[in-house]
Amino acid sequence: MLNMTATVPRDAGPATPVRAEIYHDDRASTSEDEITVVQARLTWAEALYNVPVLRKGLILVVLALAWEIYGRTLNNDLLFPSFSQTIAALWDSVLNGGLLMRALASLKVLVTGYAVGILLAAVLTALAIASRIGRDFLEIMTSMFNPLPAIALLPLALIWFGLGNMSLVFVLVHSVTWAIALNTHSGFLGVSRTLKMVGRNYGLKGWGFITKILIPAAFPSILTGLKIGWAFAWRTLIAAELVFGVSSGSGGLGWFIFENKNLLEISNVFAGLLTVIIIGLVVENLIFATIEKRTIQRWGVQH
Amino acid sequence: MTHSEPLLSVRGVTIQYKTPQHLITATYRVDFDVHQGDRFILLGPSGCGKSTLQKAVGGYITPCEGEIRLKGQKVKEPGPDRMMVFQEFDQLLPWKTVKQNVAFALQTAKRLSRAEAEERAMHYVCKVGLEKFANSHPHMLSGGMKQRVAIARGMAMEPDILLMDEPFAALDALTRRRMQDELLALWEETRFTVLFVTHSIAEAIKIGNRILLLSPHPGRVKAEINSTTDPIEAARLEKRIHEMLFVNEPEEEEAEHA
Repeated sequence: MLNMTATVPRDAGPATPVRAEIYHDDRASTSEDEITVVQARLTWAEALYNVPVLRKGLILVVLALAWEIYGRTLNNDLLFPSFSQTIAALWDSVLNGGLLMRALASLKVLVTGYAVGILLAAVLTALAIASRIGRDFLEIMTSMFNPLPAIALLPLALIWFGLGNMSLVFVLVHSVTWAIALNTHSGFLGVSRTLKMVGRNYGLKGWGFITKILIPAAFPSILTGLKIGWAFAWRTLIAAELVFGVSSGSGGLGWFIFENKNLLEISNVFAGLLTVIIIGLVVENLIFATIEKRTIQRWGVQH
Repeated sequence: MTHSEPLLSVRGVTIQYKTPQHLITATYRVDFDVHQGDRFILLGPSGCGKSTLQKAVGGYITPCEGEIRLKGQKVKEPGPDRMMVFQEFDQLLPWKTVKQNVAFALQTAKRLSRAEAEERAMHYVCKVGLEKFANSHPHMLSGGMKQRVAIARGMAMEPDILLMDEPFAALDALTRRRMQDELLALWEETRFTVLFVTHSIAEAIKIGNRILLLSPHPGRVKAEINSTTDPIEAARLEKRIHEMLFVNEPEEEEAEHA
């Protein structure tokens, strides 16, 4: 009961001593030189350590060094070429082996599949927020197809679309769509009720509501979906190209790797794999990181 | 508009909503009128349906009985003529700066040009004393500052009525008192109409000029009384309201203070 507090006698227990009141003058007690340092510059080492590119670069250097040392001690070019041999093979392939053309061919197919996947995911999620049945449809489709490896569809794709880029694009779209749709949809569901009410308060409805409120509010999830989708697409593409790469005369990176394995040019195989990794690093650390810095980090929704 | 015509009229409004198990009556046949320039308070303990009632005025909930009219027009859906200020700090768009948050509302809802919207936004951002933070994103602001931006946004839209749903409830006590004073100062300046929801009797007396007392389960009108600015009268009024709300319902009182 609340009344209890009022009925408890205030003077129960030993009396507290009577003390004088104390007031501090604001500045009188501390002289200028006594004031402690409020802001100090970081030391050089600390400042350098705070640059993420340097920290990550350091890790890369250490990994390359470990690779080089292991490769040299093993001394078996057929099994495990060293870092320097791989770099030499990479340089040679870029100059003479047409590695850049191969990478470009792969990227072209990749971007096509990725773009179509994003479009399809956008349509599916739009339907999902527009109606209950659309939402059920998306949930059923993602739970059916998200766990299905894209490569498993390749034989079918080959029958339907033949030995061409169409088959590759088809499996890519499959690998991208569900990851992006799933993340975008859960992002939309996670938009706070207050923000939705604010949007409707402005008189926003339908398309305007989606583009001006839902998409920016769900952007962290959408970006996660895009990143996962990109990784899935890249993996699927290389795997699919390993299975069949000869399409319209020029195969992609996967085919480059497969070809060189058959020729026992293992350092070229490593060079191909390294190219896959480098492209992945560039996309992740330049493109996606820049988008993150300009959006969700600036908005304070991710730190 | 003649003086006797109310700006907002709520007539016999009953609001029900369903939970998976129950049909809950939030308010039962509530009547009240808000006139131009009123600081009208909806006051009551938790569960009296005061927030629900305000959301109905906002157009988010449709009453199952009775009607709500703003300037004679029946309220059907949310709109910028009734700007809401919420309790939650996440009511600002995190991807826009303080100025953009205010200007965006003007651009979308009032169809102002970019330059016009920014100029008016800046005027109201200055009014709430945040000119230094006009280009900051909301996550850099304290809770009180965020609420000030929300108030600036609501006022910049120059709505027929400003709907404030416990806007200071999540603030610390010192900030809350300052925000109350600031809100009153802003009202002195522009004399906007505000419908203010609170569960604090002291806040109701301080902010409001007219107070609607609601009793819980379901929300019904218990009284509609005038507030006062005289401190001695205010203390007396606070006690009277307290007795009216809680005298026969000790458990409600406990829940309220918990």
